[in-house]
Amino acid sequence: MIKTLEYIFLFVIFPGFLFSGAMGLLIGWLDRKITARIQWRVGPPWYQNFFDILKLSLYKETLLPEGVSSVFFLGMPLIGLAAATLVSTMIFVINGAPKFSFIGDIIAVVYLMLIPSISLMLGAFASKNSLASLGGAREMKLMLSYELPFILCLVVTIMKSGFNIRLGEMMLYQNEHGWAIASISGIISFIVMILCAQAKLGFIPFDMPEAETEIMGGTYIEYSGKALAAFKLTKAIMYFALPMFIVTIYFGGLKDTVEGFISTVLAYLLVVVLMVLIKNTNPRVRIDHAVRFFWGPMTSLAVLSIVLAYLGY
Amino acid sequence: MGLKETVLSKSIYVFHASSGSCNNCDIELLDCLVPRYDLERFGIVLVGSIKHADAMLCTGSTNRLCVPRIKKVYEMMPKPGFVVAWGACGSSRGMFKDSYNTGVPLDEVIPVDVYIPGCPPKPEAIIGGLLKLIEKIKAKKG
Repeated sequence: MIKTLEYIFLFVIFPGFLFSGAMGLLIGWLDRKITARIQWRVGPPWYQNFFDILKLSLYKETLLPEGVSSVFFLGMPLIGLAAATLVSTMIFVINGAPKFSFIGDIIAVVYLMLIPSISLMLGAFASKNSLASLGGAREMKLMLSYELPFILCLVVTIMKSGFNIRLGEMMLYQNEHGWAIASISGIISFIVMILCAQAKLGFIPFDMPEAETEIMGGTYIEYSGKALAAFKLTKAIMYFALPMFIVTIYFGGLKDTVEGFISTVLAYLLVVVLMVLIKNTNPRVRIDHAVRFFWGPMTSLAVLSIVLAYLGY
Repeated sequence: MGLKETVLSKSIYVFHASSGSCNNCDIELLDCLVPRYDLERFGIVLVGSIKHADAMLCTGSTNRLCVPRIKKVYEMMPKPGFVVAWGACGSSRGMFKDSYNTGVPLDEVIPVDVYIPGCPPKPEAIIGGLLKLIEKIKAKKG
């Protein structure tokens, strides 16, 4: 009974839904503010994203397009939100207490991180709109293209942490024997990883699924009110969890000393700011360019870094 | 002023509906989003789909072919939603008042909340009009 309550607390309140959602919205504000400062603007106040979510979820109508399956159309945002919350909870619980780690949890994290994209794609297909299905098809192609280099990069970090596939032991090993980023293969795979994360979150060089100016919001086009708020929250939580995952596997995760905590926060901010800078200095590429980019140069770089890691560099 | 009015007035997503305008008003809208005027600091964001929008900016003289379409777009907007008539044509049909092609002004087709006159309105006038819209949302009860 106590165990169940503890799990509910972990999932709903502390590293789970409320905490990750709030932090994700704050990170989203940081993104908007940095973007504004880069473009020499003032930018929105810090509570802007909270107001957006509150407005959508409390005061706006949720419209259901004529003839769609309401189970699919309204259920997909919830499934995506639940998966994103679960993956965020897992990453933070393991960072806080590495003994909670279980065998192969890195594989579970990879699976769970796919579910928000899949739910977005299915929701788009369910919404009976030609632009939405175009966006869904692009999301699917993008997913197929970035998963291969993403998993190859994970292999590099696993090799750099003494062939452990538990996140907790990977962290402990890296803190003892040096971080994965502090090697040539680590740096190469980190670059590939950042670009894959960019595509996973749907940021600008790879935002063709939702292309506002081209297909009018694409996958989100028919969503309104609470369903749209659920998708926005999913994206915010993923924006919080994915950089933390990268910090966990490349920088040894959260440490319990003060200096260690500060270095983790700095590494996290480094990853986020790198992503915002890539987002602000690139135009949107076409979907065939993206697939060619991920299957060509990025996969080659990832394979090269695996070979280097095998040789001990 | 409760939470509802605060939230609704601080986060306005605008959708841009053109019903046969000459594109001058549309270009001025883009001017509002550039660094010099920066509408995003009021929480105003341009969105691509009417289903995400809180306010509909209507430019143009509402010609005959556009009347049913602009009605349909208004019905697709999730409520509470607001309409801003933009420019001389949007507010009063402007120089096309006696044209065979523009039978009714916009405010007889859909309910209009705020008018922004000008041909085209300057960005300052547009920001003034949008602040009037914010005042109107704040004053609205319930």
